[in-house]
Amino acid sequence: MTYLAKPKLHHPSMPTNARGFTRRDYEGRISTLCAGCGHDSISAAIIQACWEEDIEPHRVAKLSGIGCSSKTPDYFLGNSHGFNTVHGRMPSVLTGANLANRSLLYLGISGDGDSASIGLGQFAHLMRRGVNMTYICENNGVYGLTKGQFSATADKGSASKKGVANMDAPLDTVSLALLMGATFVARGFSGDKGQLVPLIRAALRHQGSAFIDVISPCVAFNNHAGSTKSYDYVRAHNESVNFLDFIEAREEITTDYAPGTAVDVVQHDGSVIRLHKAAADYNATDKVSAMNYIQSHQAKGEIVTGLLYMENSPSDIHRNLNTVEQPLNSLGAPELCPGSAILEKINASLR
Amino acid sequence: MRTTDIRNPDYFHKVVDCQWACPAHTPVPEYIRLIAAGRYADAYMVNWYSNVFPGILGRTCDRPCEPACRRGRVEEENTDKPEPVAICRLKRVAADNKGDVSARMPAPPAIKNGKRIACVGGGPASLTVARDLAPQGYHITVFDQDPKAGGFMRTQVPRFRLPEEVIDEEVGYIVDSGVEFVGNRRIDSLKSLLNEGWDAVFVGCGAPRGRDLDLPGRQESAGQIHIGIDWLASVSFGHIEKVGKRVIVLGGGNTAMDCCRSARRLGGDDVKVIVRSGFEEMKASPWEKEDAQHEGIPIINYHVPKTFEHENGRLTGMTFEVVRAEYDAKGRRQLVPTGEPDAFFPCDEVLIAVGQENAFPWIERDLGLEFDQWGLPALNEKTFQSTVPNVFFGGDAAFGPKNIIWAVAHGHDAAISIDKYLSEENLTERPSPHVNLVSQKMGIHEWSYDNDISSEMRHVVPWAAAEKTLKSIKVEVELGFDQKTAWAETQRCLNCDVQTVFKAPLCIECDGCVDICPMDCISFTPDGEEGELRQRLTAPALNTSQDLYVADGLKTGRVMVKDEDVCLHCGLCAERCPTGAWDMQKFLLEMAHAGPACRTPTTRRNAA
Repeated sequence: MTYLAKPKLHHPSMPTNARGFTRRDYEGRISTLCAGCGHDSISAAIIQACWEEDIEPHRVAKLSGIGCSSKTPDYFLGNSHGFNTVHGRMPSVLTGANLANRSLLYLGISGDGDSASIGLGQFAHLMRRGVNMTYICENNGVYGLTKGQFSATADKGSASKKGVANMDAPLDTVSLALLMGATFVARGFSGDKGQLVPLIRAALRHQGSAFIDVISPCVAFNNHAGSTKSYDYVRAHNESVNFLDFIEAREEITTDYAPGTAVDVVQHDGSVIRLHKAAADYNATDKVSAMNYIQSHQAKGEIVTGLLYMENSPSDIHRNLNTVEQPLNSLGAPELCPGSAILEKINASLR
Repeated sequence: MRTTDIRNPDYFHKVVDCQWACPAHTPVPEYIRLIAAGRYADAYMVNWYSNVFPGILGRTCDRPCEPACRRGRVEEENTDKPEPVAICRLKRVAADNKGDVSARMPAPPAIKNGKRIACVGGGPASLTVARDLAPQGYHITVFDQDPKAGGFMRTQVPRFRLPEEVIDEEVGYIVDSGVEFVGNRRIDSLKSLLNEGWDAVFVGCGAPRGRDLDLPGRQESAGQIHIGIDWLASVSFGHIEKVGKRVIVLGGGNTAMDCCRSARRLGGDDVKVIVRSGFEEMKASPWEKEDAQHEGIPIINYHVPKTFEHENGRLTGMTFEVVRAEYDAKGRRQLVPTGEPDAFFPCDEVLIAVGQENAFPWIERDLGLEFDQWGLPALNEKTFQSTVPNVFFGGDAAFGPKNIIWAVAHGHDAAISIDKYLSEENLTERPSPHVNLVSQKMGIHEWSYDNDISSEMRHVVPWAAAEKTLKSIKVEVELGFDQKTAWAETQRCLNCDVQTVFKAPLCIECDGCVDICPMDCISFTPDGEEGELRQRLTAPALNTSQDLYVADGLKTGRVMVKDEDVCLHCGLCAERCPTGAWDMQKFLLEMAHAGPACRTPTTRRNAA
């Protein structure tokens, strides 16, 4: 952590994106997390992904709950909308915001405590409802703010900093998200931005509930031998299933790959996400086989990372509820109060 | 790429761009921090130890440090006008505010060692030799043709840039340390000097001959045409107090700038500098050109002097051929006539400042002292020893005209050689610099240096009012920074000597440093060849004059690569590092100076 604001100076060769912004324009305030915290790397990955996606900062709403992870929205996208909600209640506030104004890009930031303990119910229902958002769970397996007790995602048998083993079964947020109907599910590692940044970009493009679980070592309380969420352990047990390429709609797809090594997934805007397979037997578009793969490799002690599941044409809450296109705040009196003739018509239809 | 060996003193020395560029290797950031702390006398002594003439150099130095200053590169694409730290003018602040430092100067040694050394010429090179050797017990005698010591600094640098008191003070510190100064004595025979039985002779007589232009009309109007450096010397000694109303200065170097500005003050209302080359290629430092233009002196380029026009034995003006630059395939410049009619400029006097030459008419050619094809003495480039073993050269007399700070650097090296020579040691075995590397960590986010980066632009040195300065040649133009402005300027210094030191075994590769670095200097990446590696770092490292700091031994098998080019030395990498793999350590390098510490240890000598 540092008390010094990051100097405004930047590298002379720093490029700008299609909006004319440099990556630095997507930064927020200086982080007050512990030095070496994985969450800061995730913030940097979000900054990078938003810059690469040419996102307009004022079109983003970032929402979070309580915890170390939930502090981080202060440290990125300093020119976006933000809402720091009650503990575990980010999903419901976000659902409400999304219903009121679907034109914004929703980014929910949570942690393993916020999502898997106090907010578990909210988390499950958000996925069920298919709210169009990107949900990032910064998962370190401990309650960092209260000095390192095990959280619900800590693996059975993993040891605390003092050497006490965790005897409770872990809650796997990735499996739960798949089960609950999330249409984009991925897992990343804060120590591998090469993998994480494309995952966040793909999630931001996804028009449904996108969930990314990011293993993010807690340097202060969960980065020792015996931890299963330390930098060393995750690097040693990381089983990456694929990596991503982005092909814009206007570009001609020219590269050829051996059959079965890459899968193209066409997005709503015509762009293509190409999934290069790292694990030959992994199919990210088949939910059941994905779940099988994750479970069987997890049983072997491997941490499966990459884009785990993506549904090609997801449905979202607005389509399910047949809501109005326009943000509610832009509706005028004639739309909100269409008059007695319409009221009569509605009443008649209910009789 | 090969892992960087940070134990090699050159590696971190190069990172301190200013110190590396300085011929005398003055520890610049060190004294700038002392100025910031208000410790002017300490800042002065750091300078004095290294460059001998802080007050003089703080006004007149050619400042090779400033074009090298990292601040200039860092501000590129960040500010409208990227500028280095005003290093030179901060040096002057130390000199102006130091108070009385005489007690800190070396006293004449109580016991002399009996060895006698003659220095020919009383300029910066000789005075540096004298300063380094007199406190060691040598008997030093400095001879000069002029009544006072100082050489070029006194005779050619005009008083409106360098007041006499400053020269007197700093030359005085040297003379007072037990040096014998013999003024008004011109050495006109090296042979007879050597016959006087000196143990060693140092030649620091400068490059005393100004080049002439042998053009039609030169002889006929000789009375109104002067050689620049001779004219400046006459002005300096008060022999010349007036100049004609219309003056043409020929030449594009710093001497030409001194000539035109001096002429402007001696009655020249219409002073012009006319130069063969293009404005950009002129040899004068950019700031000296600016200063001349600021005083309303036009600089006319691409005009090649053709004739001195005269009538009835009086100079009436000069004609010039108008040219333009053309570059051939090899990039060599040629000046090609444009075909325009010759330009005529009327004038009353001409000052010729088209270069200086070395001249050694007083050195007999049968002494065994060899000269090269350009008429310069054949010297060992490191030891400054001539082919007569006890005769050494330095300053402009050694390798042709340079400047004060180079003369000082030569003086230090020659003094080491003389000391070793008179101790019967191998001259080519040169002493290593004194190097120190110490952590600056004081707390979790506390450092013993100020690591906050100032975003202020370079401060401008205030000038005395033009109507006052143009009236007299003795009124100093620059007023120097006041303490408040000086402090603000010190804050622009990036403390490049506080090094980012990386210990790979401690690193857990959390990326904290990569994310926080404002300049994207740090990368963790698979190893590769330097050329290819430079392209694929967090930000491309395209300035190949700046090194990459490479460390291996990381758990993932990748390497840490830090591009030194635009590092702010803000220490945020070290603050964000959870394991102390990064540390900020101050690298202090001081050049060795003549004395017992520079001699080869007896054990090693006996072994040899």
